[in-house]
Amino acid sequence: MSVLRKPGILARRVLLCALLGGPIIPLVAWSDEGSQVGIDNFKFAPTPLTISQGTEVTWTNHDDIPHSIVLNALGVHSKAMDTDGTFAYKFDKTGTFFYVCGLHPFMQAKVVVK
Amino acid sequence: MTTEFLDPNRRGFLKCMTWAGSAMLWTVAGGIPRSHVIGQAEAAATGFTFAQVSDSHLGFDKPVNTNVTGTFQEALDQVTGMADKPAFIIHTGDITHLSTPVQFDTGAQLLGATRLQTYTVPGEHDILEEDRKSYLNRYGKGTHGDGWYSFNAYGVHFIGLVNVVNLQGAGLGDLGKPQLEWLEKDVKPLSASTPIVVFAHVPLWIVYQDWGWGTSDGARALTYLKRFGSVTVLNGHIHQIMQKVEGHVAFHTARSTAFPQGVPGVAKAPGPMPVPPGELKNYLGTAKVSLVTAKAPLAIIDTPLAG
Repeated sequence: MSVLRKPGILARRVLLCALLGGPIIPLVAWSDEGSQVGIDNFKFAPTPLTISQGTEVTWTNHDDIPHSIVLNALGVHSKAMDTDGTFAYKFDKTGTFFYVCGLHPFMQAKVVVK
Repeated sequence: MTTEFLDPNRRGFLKCMTWAGSAMLWTVAGGIPRSHVIGQAEAAATGFTFAQVSDSHLGFDKPVNTNVTGTFQEALDQVTGMADKPAFIIHTGDITHLSTPVQFDTGAQLLGATRLQTYTVPGEHDILEEDRKSYLNRYGKGTHGDGWYSFNAYGVHFIGLVNVVNLQGAGLGDLGKPQLEWLEKDVKPLSASTPIVVFAHVPLWIVYQDWGWGTSDGARALTYLKRFGSVTVLNGHIHQIMQKVEGHVAFHTARSTAFPQGVPGVAKAPGPMPVPPGELKNYLGTAKVSLVTAKAPLAIIDTPLAG
């Protein structure tokens, strides 16, 4: 009731959220949750993965077969990741980067860096 | 069913045989003989034989097969236990799962214990370490390029090719120009009556392009071999038996000694295929190839580890 009686305070709180919370929350979501790529049943997910510049992406292999990450445009060739193995790479440049599994190149996906 | 499939003009024609009692059955698409029929098969083989093992994936330890060392050992025991001991063993790649020194050492110990000469080619799982030289550092002596070579045995010209180093497109195997040029020169002096056996990891023919089960320039290699009366192509990689015959060329893929893979077009992905408890060894096995001198066919007998 007190808020309803003081609409000016509510408006200021919304504005505060927009100024502070707005920019912060998406960044946290992108760098923590959005930078993970899973490998399940010979597929990368999510793809495309959209991240902000400077974000580190971590791939985790959930298959019984090893996979690797080959980012040809960036000259990146990871070592083979066995089951539960991970590989991380920090994207410092903006752009769209296609990648494949080095052992099974029919596994194709991309990372969009903004 | 027995002989109409035989073309007398096809010297050294390759067949996959199943055996029932003392009768010999020829099958066009790979039958699965039971292991106890090896003894019966031996009686028919008057020439020399060699064994093919493939995809031992030493180091793999997932639920579908937690003892790949054991099943590889069992496959080798099956080979050395034959009454007409094979002249040698060909391993068509993926000796190891992750190219580690321990996995390679295990393979060398098990193969060495057979006291049979072993010829190998790498699978893509054998070149994952040491700057992709893990296989070459161990098996490269006396070979060319990434590990290809040829040798003669019992009048047959054997050619080991490497098609896993530079996968193409969706993952198709690739021989590459230097290897193709070498192959052309290698077979040039041979007479057309020389039986040829080519072995490589990834099938030289396109089995299933979507999964990269084939070799992008395999057809080019075969043009150098088309003048020969008998060409046998032995591959691994797909962990199941598939075969086809084109003219004088017979293609054959072997089972894995480690785990089966799904059937293209049926399974969603080419990973290890779970099988009912107790049935794994029906899906694993070896291949024995015989040069039968009486009728001059090369005969392949695929044998499951159990059955």
